[in-house]
Amino acid sequence: MFGLYIFVLAVFVGYQIITKVPALLHTPLMSATNAISGISLVASLVIAGGSYGKLSTILGVIAVAAATVNVVGGFLITDRMLKMFKRKK
Amino acid sequence: MKLQLIYLAYFASTVLFIVGLRGLTKPDAARRGIILAGVGMLVAIVGTLLHRDIITYQWIIVGLIVGTIIGIPMGLWIPMTKMPERIALSHAFGGLAVALVGVAEYIRHAVMAGHITQFTMGALGFEVFFGTVTFTGSLMAFGKLQGILSGRPQTFKGQNTLTLALLAACLGFVVWLIFSPYLSGLFYTVVGVGLLLGILLVVPIGGADMPVVICLMNSYAGLAASASGFALDNNILIICGALDGGSGFLLAMIMSKAMNRSFGNVLFGAFGQVEQTSAATGGSKPVKSFTVEDAAEFLKQASSVVIVPGYGMAVAQAQHAVGELQEILEKKGVEVRYAIHPVAGRMPGHMNVLLAEASVPYDHLIEMDAINPSMPTVDVCMVIGANDVVNPAARTDKSSAIYGMPIIDADRSKMVFVLKRSMAAGFAGIDNPLFYLENTRMVFGDAKNTIHALNAELKK
Repeated sequence: MFGLYIFVLAVFVGYQIITKVPALLHTPLMSATNAISGISLVASLVIAGGSYGKLSTILGVIAVAAATVNVVGGFLITDRMLKMFKRKK
Repeated sequence: MKLQLIYLAYFASTVLFIVGLRGLTKPDAARRGIILAGVGMLVAIVGTLLHRDIITYQWIIVGLIVGTIIGIPMGLWIPMTKMPERIALSHAFGGLAVALVGVAEYIRHAVMAGHITQFTMGALGFEVFFGTVTFTGSLMAFGKLQGILSGRPQTFKGQNTLTLALLAACLGFVVWLIFSPYLSGLFYTVVGVGLLLGILLVVPIGGADMPVVICLMNSYAGLAASASGFALDNNILIICGALDGGSGFLLAMIMSKAMNRSFGNVLFGAFGQVEQTSAATGGSKPVKSFTVEDAAEFLKQASSVVIVPGYGMAVAQAQHAVGELQEILEKKGVEVRYAIHPVAGRMPGHMNVLLAEASVPYDHLIEMDAINPSMPTVDVCMVIGANDVVNPAARTDKSSAIYGMPIIDADRSKMVFVLKRSMAAGFAGIDNPLFYLENTRMVFGDAKNTIHALNAELKK
């Protein structure tokens, strides 16, 4: 049940931060949270690396690959986008 | 000892994620923020690799390499005009990863070990449900954005009833599983129905509503990750899932408000909504059109110009030409600003990214509410590939499909140029009274070619 406290607190903190993100940066926000959701990689790693049977390993490896796509691609593209936002020189 | 190290790593990366996201509240601090979040991710991954349950690393390495090989092109080489497609596709990857973890966890606990608590079963049920819906739903959204599937809403008789029945059945199965967790056939039914629901939920939604769909998928992917955190008793998954789920939900709310849609529409997408196509009657009424030379002449005499970009600008890849036009006009002493409607394009903030790519300084990009009061003082308002976001029918015509939607007051400026290929209606499929106004001039042609020609004319 401790997880529920964590969840509610995280929603609250997230709400406070995300409402302050200007509309200007909504696309980078989306790709950043998409990259952060690649945290499911930590769950996939345990399944791919533990020995819970052949099927689990296969599912785990696909999950690791899919989550890695989000982590790698998500951070790269968010940084690429944010680099472009410039103030008037 | 190892366990403490992992917890410490997770704690550190949680802090880094939150500080990193906070950076996104200011454009100047945003890049540093995302780098911090990236470091947080690295810390979490390295920490996890110390987990005692991880026995072999060879398969992990295979997965990491494959993911990296796919991820790098998706990060470095996809053009900014393809951002909505890319985001939809990566939501699909996110949903897939979480759903597969859920299935593997179910096999490990309920099938192999023969022991699973009701709490874990419930969490796994929701994880798999949200994961599968996100996976196929995002693939559908990707297909529609990419033009593989028709952008028009696809509906059939009894569709809403079927979707609602399947949704109720799926959630009912999850509850059933909580009480009888070892019915593995039922578990796989949830997987199957979830996959089907993702398709059914997105197929009836038209291209114009894609910003909401993408936000919703973002939210569902986060909820799935959070549910997996509950199942695995892993706080970092709960927290990151909550951040992702919350931000997707908030963005969906903002998008719906910008389109004057209800809360129910947010939760179910633009569920079951069929766009009107019958009202599109363009072409019969007289419009005044301008050649590029005429338009250039007026721009030369203007002292204040507002550009309203829309999806058409993205399709024509005209953002660089637009940026050049702005520089030329500014050198002539013309004040140039951009009016950004929240739902212009196919995802939240789509226009901001495209214009940033064309090196337009972000302090030139003005949001709808901020620019509208000054529209009557604007000499020329150039509408580039935008239709519905400047449609005055939204203000006056109660029978219009977009009635009540806040718009950019292009019609209140002294003169309007509409850059458009033809008189075809926009995504809402309705006619636009703006085109027939006394002070409106149509400049027909591909936006990129037109603006290049304008730039050449202005340089003369």
